[in-house]
Amino acid sequence: MAIKERMSGNEAVAHAIKQINPDVMPAFPITPSTEIPQFVSTMIANGEITTEFIPVESEHSSMSAAMGASAAGARTLTATSSAGLAYMWEVLYVAASSRLPICMAVVNRGLTGPLNINAEHSDSMGARDSGWIQIYAETNQEVYDNFLQAYRIAEHPSVKLPIMICQDGFITSHAVQNITLWEDEPMKQFVGEYEPEHYLLKEDETMAVGPYALSSFCMEAKKQQAQAMINAKQVILDVAKEFEALTGQKYGFFEEYEMEDAEYAIVAIGSICGGVKDAVDNLRTQGKKVGLLKIRVFRPFPAEEIAAALKNCKAVAIMDRAESYSTQGGPLGAEVTAGMYRAKCQAEVVNIMYGLSGRDTKVEEIENIYADLEKMAAGELTFDEYPYLGLRD
Amino acid sequence: MSQLTEIRWHGRGGQGAKTAALLLADVAFNTGKYVQGFPEYGPERMGAPITAYDRISDKEIRVHSNIYEPDFVAVVDDTLLHSIDVTKGLKKEGAILINTEKTKEEIIPLLRGYEGKVYIINAKEVCNKTLGKYFPNTPMLAGMIKISKVMDEEVFLKEMKASLQHKFAKKPEVLEGNMQALKLALQEVK
Repeated sequence: MAIKERMSGNEAVAHAIKQINPDVMPAFPITPSTEIPQFVSTMIANGEITTEFIPVESEHSSMSAAMGASAAGARTLTATSSAGLAYMWEVLYVAASSRLPICMAVVNRGLTGPLNINAEHSDSMGARDSGWIQIYAETNQEVYDNFLQAYRIAEHPSVKLPIMICQDGFITSHAVQNITLWEDEPMKQFVGEYEPEHYLLKEDETMAVGPYALSSFCMEAKKQQAQAMINAKQVILDVAKEFEALTGQKYGFFEEYEMEDAEYAIVAIGSICGGVKDAVDNLRTQGKKVGLLKIRVFRPFPAEEIAAALKNCKAVAIMDRAESYSTQGGPLGAEVTAGMYRAKCQAEVVNIMYGLSGRDTKVEEIENIYADLEKMAAGELTFDEYPYLGLRD
Repeated sequence: MSQLTEIRWHGRGGQGAKTAALLLADVAFNTGKYVQGFPEYGPERMGAPITAYDRISDKEIRVHSNIYEPDFVAVVDDTLLHSIDVTKGLKKEGAILINTEKTKEEIIPLLRGYEGKVYIINAKEVCNKTLGKYFPNTPMLAGMIKISKVMDEEVFLKEMKASLQHKFAKKPEVLEGNMQALKLALQEVK
C-alpha cells in the first residue's frame, strides 16, 4: 500500500488533510505555512474534499473560528507560523481548556526580531504551556505520518485536547524530497469519523463551552486538563502502534539512533536530526560511541523515558532552536536537564543554542559537538555559559 | 557517477532558479533517485539574488544543511558574477554552467581563478528561437543535465515531455516550444 512520491513538507501535510477530509478549516496566511491553506483551498475548489474553508481577517479570528467549529462538533484544523501563532495566544489557552481537539499544522518560524522568516522553534516553544499536545518532525515523511495520527490522539475520549503538528519552516516545509504515501482507504479507516460525545449542535443536550468558573472549581478543571495531558502519553503510543501495523513506520515519544551503547549523546528536535544521524554514522566508523535522541513528542513531555534512555551516557548535548532569555539556555535544555536530575543521571550536560533565525548547521559542526562531549566527560572542558553554535566573533 | 551529486543554483528572484532546482529534483526522482531540492530564502523580492540547491543520490538523503562544496553550479544571470562568489567551494573536478550572451573568454576572468570546467549557454537565444519568451530556467535545466550527467539525455527528454504534458494538459501548444527549447539547449552548451 506504499506509494513512492516526492513532495515538500507543506504538500505532505496537505495530502494528509486531503485523505482525512476534515469538516472545517479557518485560516489566515503567513509564511512559511501559507501553502497549506492554499493547497487545501485548491482541493476544495477542485471538489476533491468537502472541507468548509473560512477565510478570516487574522489568526486571532482563525483560532476563534476553529474553537466555534470544534465546539459545534466539527473536525477542525488550521495552520500557522511565527507571529500568526503569537496572535492566537489567548485563544490557544481557551481552546485547550475547553478541551477541543483542534489540529493545527505549525510550520516553525522564529518570532521577531530582528524580523526574519526562517526556521526556529520560538513560536511553538513559546506556546508550550498553553495546554496543546505538540509533536515535531524531522522530515516530510514524519510530518505527514504525524498529521495522520493527530486526530486519533486529540479526539480520544481520555484526551480531548488540541494538537500542534510541527515541522521546520522552509527546511522541510519547502524542500522537495522522497516520501512514501499511504493509500486513501486504509488511512480514512485508520483516522475514522469524528463522533464527539458532547457538542453544541447536539439536539437533545444543552451545554456551555468556555463559561466563567469561580475559584472554588477552576482549579479542579485545570487538574482535569493536566490529567488529560498525562492520559495522552499512552494514547500517543497506542496510536503509533496501530499506525506501525498499517504502514511499518515506527513512532514513539522519541527516536533513539545508535543509543544502545552510546556514551555521548545529542538530544534534538526537528530537521537538524538528519545531519546528526550523518555525524553519528561518520563518527561510528571511527569507533566513537555516539548517539542521537530525537524528540518527537514535546507535550506531554516524556521526561522519565528520556532520562532512562540517557542513563548510561557520560555526556549529553541538548540542542535548542529557541531562546528563552532565562540566561540558562532553552526550553528543551531546561526540561531534559530537570528530567535527568530527578532520575539521578550523572552525565555531564551542555545546552547548545543553534539554528536561530534559520542559521544553517553543518555536519562538521555536529561532529565537533561530539568531540566536545568527550572532553567534557574527561574533565577537560567546561562551559561557563550555554554556547551558541557557529556564532560569528 | 558518484553516489551523491550536489548542485547549487544562483539566480535572481523571478528568473526561476528555484523552479529549475525543483524540476531537476522531480525528473531525477522519476529515474528512481533519492532527491532533495530546496531554496534558500533571503529577502524575497524580484531581482534579489537567490540560491537553490539539489542533492541527487542513490542513497537516502538525511542532511538538511545548505551545500557548501557543490559538484556543479548553475548561474542563471551573469550579472551575479560581479557581486557573488559563485564558484565558492565548487569542486575543481566539477563544473560551472553560466547563462550569458558573452564569450567564454570574457566570462572566465570573472570566475576568481576557478580551475574546473566552465560551460556557457545563451539561454536568451535558445528561448527566442523556441519559446518566443525569455524563461532562462528551461534551457538552464537542460544544460545542467548535459554537464552533470545525472541522467541520460534521452531519458531526461522523455521524462520532461511526460511532466510537461501533465502540467500543460490544457495548453498543449506550450509543450512543443518547451521541448524544442530543451533539445536546442542540450546542443547549445559550449
